[in-house]
Amino acid sequence: MIVALSIFLITVGSIAFHFWSPWWWTEVASNWGNMDDTIILTFWITGIVFVAICFFVSYCVWKFSYKKERRAEYKPEDKKLESRLTWATAIGVAALLAPGLVVWNQYVTVPDNAYKVEVFAYQWGWKYRLPGEDNILGKTDIKYISDDNPFGLILEDANGKDDLLVDAQELHLLIDRPVKFELRTIDVLHNFYVPQFRGKMDMVPGIVTYYWLTPTRTGDFEVLCAEYCGSGHYAMRGRVIVDEERDYKKWEAKQITFEKMLAKNKKNDNLQLVKKDK
Amino acid sequence: MSDEYEHKLEAKSDYTTDASSVSAPEIDSVPEAELPDQELYHSHSWWTTYVFSQDAKYIGIQYALTAVGTGLLGLVLSWLMRIQLAFPGLGWLDPAAYYQFVTMHGMIMVVYLLTALFLGGFGNLLIPLMCGARDMAFPYVNMLSYWAFVVAVVVLLASFFVPGGPTGAGWTLYPPQAITAGTPGSDMGIILMLVSLILFVAGFTMGGLNYIITVLQLRARGMTLMRLPLTIWGIFTATVLAMFAFPALLVGCLMMTLDSLLGTSFFMPAMVSLGETLTHEGGSPILFQHLFWFFGHPEVYIVALPAFGIVSDLLSVHSRKTIFGYRMMVWAIVGIGALSFFVWAHHMYVSGMNPWFGFFFATTTLIIAVPTAIKVYNWILTLWRGNIQLSLPMLFSLGFIVTFLNGGLTGLFLGNVTVDVPLSDTYFVVAHFHMVMGIAPILVIFGAIYHWYPLITGRMMNETLGKIHFWITFIGSYAIYFPMHYQGFVGVPRRYFEIYDSPYIDTSTLLLNKFITIAVLIVGAAQLLFLYNLITSARLGKKSEKNPWKANSLEWQTPQMPPEHGNWGKELPKVYRWPYDFSVPGAKEDYIPQNQPPSEIIGAKVEKT
Repeated sequence: MIVALSIFLITVGSIAFHFWSPWWWTEVASNWGNMDDTIILTFWITGIVFVAICFFVSYCVWKFSYKKERRAEYKPEDKKLESRLTWATAIGVAALLAPGLVVWNQYVTVPDNAYKVEVFAYQWGWKYRLPGEDNILGKTDIKYISDDNPFGLILEDANGKDDLLVDAQELHLLIDRPVKFELRTIDVLHNFYVPQFRGKMDMVPGIVTYYWLTPTRTGDFEVLCAEYCGSGHYAMRGRVIVDEERDYKKWEAKQITFEKMLAKNKKNDNLQLVKKDK
Repeated sequence: MSDEYEHKLEAKSDYTTDASSVSAPEIDSVPEAELPDQELYHSHSWWTTYVFSQDAKYIGIQYALTAVGTGLLGLVLSWLMRIQLAFPGLGWLDPAAYYQFVTMHGMIMVVYLLTALFLGGFGNLLIPLMCGARDMAFPYVNMLSYWAFVVAVVVLLASFFVPGGPTGAGWTLYPPQAITAGTPGSDMGIILMLVSLILFVAGFTMGGLNYIITVLQLRARGMTLMRLPLTIWGIFTATVLAMFAFPALLVGCLMMTLDSLLGTSFFMPAMVSLGETLTHEGGSPILFQHLFWFFGHPEVYIVALPAFGIVSDLLSVHSRKTIFGYRMMVWAIVGIGALSFFVWAHHMYVSGMNPWFGFFFATTTLIIAVPTAIKVYNWILTLWRGNIQLSLPMLFSLGFIVTFLNGGLTGLFLGNVTVDVPLSDTYFVVAHFHMVMGIAPILVIFGAIYHWYPLITGRMMNETLGKIHFWITFIGSYAIYFPMHYQGFVGVPRRYFEIYDSPYIDTSTLLLNKFITIAVLIVGAAQLLFLYNLITSARLGKKSEKNPWKANSLEWQTPQMPPEHGNWGKELPKVYRWPYDFSVPGAKEDYIPQNQPPSEIIGAKVEKT
């Protein structure tokens, strides 16, 4: 009796907790609200299964508890029932999978008009690089990284000259403009994660990974590293601020191009030297 | 194959129960022995009996005690971590220590506790007994297997005492960070971890070959594969998985050891580590992840399948009912085992591998849910119209059904690639895998220990203590992990030493953290109660009768209980049926042991097995 009741109460308690506990996801701030929808769908399907099975177990324990004089039913198999249950499960699983794959297809297909931003991760912090006027990010190589060239831009690549270098642990994004994050790390694995954006992707040294999203509301969001990266992992946080156009332009105007930075550091000659060598 | 098999099956079980005209020897026929009786090694001294034992029963207990001892360390580590998470103000751990404890806790629990206990412990104890053999096929190799495991554990524990301490790379040991300066224990600690794993795999391979060959070759006369208890099917299939999966871990460990010691670049690309350019070039960190998870995902089933098998037997025995859909259960175990090699990259949806893999692995992962669901249905249909005894093993089995169901269903969230994106690397994942491969299998382990304790000691464990232990463990661990999923929804990332000033996390989430930690301390303490019961009952427990649960499988049918060296006295048992003939209509008792000949149960309407 107590056992049956406990299983029943645990099930009811789980449902109650689900609906009335204060812990739920943050308000979405990107176009990936459909990820939340797939979660809700999964909740309904799995929730029904969970409740049905727990109630069934609870009922069995209550109804068929041991009596010395009684004999259990002798029924080793029931092919029909087994195949019905198998098919019902297969259908349920397909219902979960199909929408998931549709959304995944969107997630891995970057729109052509997406604005590219390089997210640059290191132990333990973030930097960003914007493509500048030409809308193209200059090529980089890890071996060029130095105090004067913190992003390791390849000097011969003219596309890099107007790249805006953001070395402030803080990135601004324009609302409603799709953005493709080109994710780069110079040391170990990291993962660029903003809870409100839902998106996530590891950054792997040696390759550039990516994901995209469209910010849908303005605000000030925290960036977290979501792939363990050593002792400072928990402290590897930054900020992303989603702006309306005016504020965004203001911020953008304050950023410095690679060329200007080299000039400021009086390394302009450096740039010319390289060109002469060629 | 099945046709031929059915045919053989029929030939072997060629009897009918109500054939009063046929003489007993005729209906009691079993196939001729194909091999001569095993020659056993007999120990001569205390050392060879209790320390370097070659008797599988002893080796099983040795494995189990070593695994549990190591697991206790893992438990204490989890306390330390949880106290840090709930009460960061105490400031008693620094980040390095926290990450070292996380890593050691994970590795100890998955490999050195669960794998060793299920296969080394229960495998050794139960395979010869349940198959009707005198011992494992290769007792000497079996002994070596155990001692290799001991050395592996010693090397693992030694890493606590080397400069820099044990590795803090996370139990997945992802390079590059595992062997670069930003991670604690990246010199000596990680090397010892890798060496320990290599030793574990070597030792396990010796044991595993034994389990496989014993099941295939040393079964008693009449014990067809389709008459094996599901426990054996679970352990057998898990061992086959391990034989295929562990080599991937082995090469991964070897390659990382070379990267670290000799400066090779299997997994190491060109990189700048804390301002210093390293000499590595051209390696692939993702390659390691593929190797690791090619081992790591089957590993989940290496732990789960024995649990599936054991819980099937416990449910059947303690509800006095035939396991429902035995053949489906066997094929589900085999099917899950095979499929488990095609799902590994669902751990890597956001790893930076080609995102188009996501389609394939999400599909295979959700397909594996089907045989898994079948198993759950068959367990609960076994309860239906049963005669359910709420003994300790049954309580723990019921606890398993609830927690496994919960953890299995959250697997459908994480396996479905899109749903995984927001949830991966959050506490949802931590909650999921602890529920499904921590709590669920451990509840089975407890149930199994309460069930088979009399077989080992000849005494019963204390029932009252056991019930207290059950309720605290079951309710407590549900209270730990169920709410933890919701921290994951909030977006609390895992492997964070502390998180408390984050603007998107409100204070109630931190309160929840405190609640979870208190529950962890209580549940952990309840395990001491279990240990007390385990130790004292060996001396003071109520004496057990022979076959105290009235089970059918062979391990309870030995001439002595506990079984002696060689298990079966002079003559090996003969098997006439499967182990699930409970409550057969027309039979006098509600159980018919596997070795009871048909001539003794005339009138019972047994279905052919």
